[in-house]
Amino acid sequence: MSDQEVQTDILKIEDLHVSVGGKPILKGVNLEIRRGETHALMGPNGSGKSTLGMAIMGHPGYEVTQGAVWINDENILEMGPDERARRGLFMAFQRPVAIPGVRLADFLRHATTNVRRPERREGEELLPMREFRKELREKMAQLRMDPEFARRYVNEGFSGGEMKRAEILQMAMLRPKFAILDETDSGLDVDAVRLASQSIAEIGRSKMGILIITHHDKLLENNVPDKTHVMLGGRIVETGGPELARELHANGYDRIRADHPEAAAEEEAMRQDGALQKAM
Amino acid sequence: MATDTKTDQFDIATAEINKYDFRNEEKYVFKARKGLDAEIVQQISDMKGEPDWMRQFRLKSLEIFNSKPMPRWGGKLDLDFQDIYYYIKPSDHQGRSWDEVPEDIKRTFDRLGIPEAEKKFLAGVKAQYESEVVYGSLREELASQGVIFTDTDTAVREYPELVREYFATVIPPSDNKFAALNSAVWSGGSFIYVPKGVKVDFPLQAYFRINAESMGQFERTLIVVDEGAQIHYVEGCTAPMYTTESLHSAVVEIVVKKHARCRYTTIQNWANNIYNLVTKRAVAYENATMEWIDGNLGSRLTMKYPAVYMLEPGARGEILSIAFASAGQHQDAGAKVVHCAPNTSSQIVSKSISKGGGRSSYRGLVRVESGAVKSRSKVVCDALILDAKSRSDTYPYIEIEEQDVAIGHEASVSRIGEEQLFYLMSRGLTEAEASTMIVGGFIEPLVKELPMEYAVELNKLIELQMEGSVG
Ligand SMILES: Nc1ncnc2c1ncn2[C@@H]1O[C@H](COP(=O)(O)OP(=O)(O)O)[C@@H](O)[C@H]1O
Ligand SMILES: [Mg+2]
Repeated sequence: MSDQEVQTDILKIEDLHVSVGGKPILKGVNLEIRRGETHALMGPNGSGKSTLGMAIMGHPGYEVTQGAVWINDENILEMGPDERARRGLFMAFQRPVAIPGVRLADFLRHATTNVRRPERREGEELLPMREFRKELREKMAQLRMDPEFARRYVNEGFSGGEMKRAEILQMAMLRPKFAILDETDSGLDVDAVRLASQSIAEIGRSKMGILIITHHDKLLENNVPDKTHVMLGGRIVETGGPELARELHANGYDRIRADHPEAAAEEEAMRQDGALQKAM
Repeated sequence: MATDTKTDQFDIATAEINKYDFRNEEKYVFKARKGLDAEIVQQISDMKGEPDWMRQFRLKSLEIFNSKPMPRWGGKLDLDFQDIYYYIKPSDHQGRSWDEVPEDIKRTFDRLGIPEAEKKFLAGVKAQYESEVVYGSLREELASQGVIFTDTDTAVREYPELVREYFATVIPPSDNKFAALNSAVWSGGSFIYVPKGVKVDFPLQAYFRINAESMGQFERTLIVVDEGAQIHYVEGCTAPMYTTESLHSAVVEIVVKKHARCRYTTIQNWANNIYNLVTKRAVAYENATMEWIDGNLGSRLTMKYPAVYMLEPGARGEILSIAFASAGQHQDAGAKVVHCAPNTSSQIVSKSISKGGGRSSYRGLVRVESGAVKSRSKVVCDALILDAKSRSDTYPYIEIEEQDVAIGHEASVSRIGEEQLFYLMSRGLTEAEASTMIVGGFIEPLVKELPMEYAVELNKLIELQMEGSVG
């Protein structure tokens, strides 16, 4: 038992402060996810959920001003996003960017090779085409995607639903240790959300640690969270079980704001800041 | 006839090339002295045993060359015309030894997967490329259809009437200073004649033709596609072209007759010291189609604007141009379409990439003559800049003397996006791999027009450029 505990991978976020464009957004986030656990992260728009994901993944525009992010005993903040991916980190983006002219299959073959063979150097062989294609086709079938879809250019002209499905497909191929899913349910119709939810659960069975950022509870149907966290004004202000997710989905964030007036004031300040910036 | 075997012949233009030290004596059976004057031009003509009309043509062209000023636009030209050899006739067993070929050139050949025989040819180790065996049957097939495919020197001797009928009719020596220069000192290049109604259904490549002079500095290519005929010609190769001289100035003339089609594909990758100043032009008659696919990598300065003159109704011109400018390189490339008749249509697609301080310029002309009613033209030029040191400019010229036409022009300049890089890197690609992939995607619409093996080679070349290990 204790042996197994030592071997379980762990993603640990420690007192994380993040600024975007010099503006502080996250103000000390702590979070610990073990491989095999599912966590839900909820919170009103603009509270900093995506920022947390981007900072963990290593987006250069998100500056960490304090704190650490560990995978086991390595602080990954020193690493580029590619190295983090090779350590088993994955993020399904809320708004994936289009890469014109690059076919999903070609990109994914390269990515899959690098992530599965973290020691691979530039210019070395990729996964054998046949093997890769076979696996890709299987995964696409599970996600009810047309195999032709792999020939399309990455995220170019994808519908909202196609984009999210393509993100899940990438996760399925890359088999990460830890995955952050940022509103993977938004833009999907009811059936598509159910399918996504089932797929995530299936992929997750291979002992993935998952952080699901969502406003809804549909995605959580097949992925009952071990823990639910609520973010407000750049901090996690409450942590509970699956019942907390249900409560927030049913009643919204008023109670949270009332119980955490300081964070609510932060939220209000950030909101006004944002509105001001938009006005200019 | 002068035979010059002095050892200090290779006053090579730049230190870049100097370090390879290709000095070697007595490799050539004939070499004109340095510089350019009537005597040199006569020598060249004598050496080739040309008919008098060609000799006179050369001498006249030299006069025109001397009377024309250097172009004031385009890139910076530091050329001393008296410090160049204009004619070197290779001996039959010429060649530097393989050991003398620079390592990085060899490596590039390997990376491109070029067959052994071609490698040696390209590196100048072998004067003749042993294509007889490989392509013999293709050559027979062409001959049985009446297709003429030979080097231009041979054509002048063996098909004088045909050559004389078309030679310099598309690009007269007076066209520009470098066309005049080529006209005075030209050597080698391809001559192709496709008879009426003959459709050559495989891409014809320069390799099929065995000749040491195929890749000279001052090549002269002439292609005549007769009525209803069809051809796709692929010039040169994508391997780094290695020459010890610093000026490459070719002329390519194409005549596409009624209902005929011609596609001309080039991917060129020059060494860093080369001035590559090429004039390429086609004339298209009634309902004929001319397509140029033109890829430019390497060189110090390339100035090249493939042109299509649509002379009769229904003619169509299409130009796809790719330019990649790395450190120390200026690609001034583009296209020219001239609508001279009603219902003609054209399309120009230009993609340029600048990296490491390289500069790329798109220079294009769309001209519609009066009377060319219902002409349509579409220009799309996209530039991708990979870093803050690099530069891209656009010089579109539009001259329209007719009301009833449809002309569209779109231009975009983008810097390689931080968001795109991050997205790809978040999936495990290194920064270099991610940039390479973005660049590959950027030129994909053009690459898919290339014959398979050229597409593969171009992609590999781009990878090499991205690593900075070539050019
Ligand atoms: N790339 C960015 N540029 C400018 N501001 C940003 C950026 N990303 C996030 N922000 C700001 O950070 C705050 C948190 O945003 P975000 O993390 O997207 O919230 P959530 O995902 O919880 O809706 C907001 O005020 C938002 O305007
Ligand atoms: Mg968000």
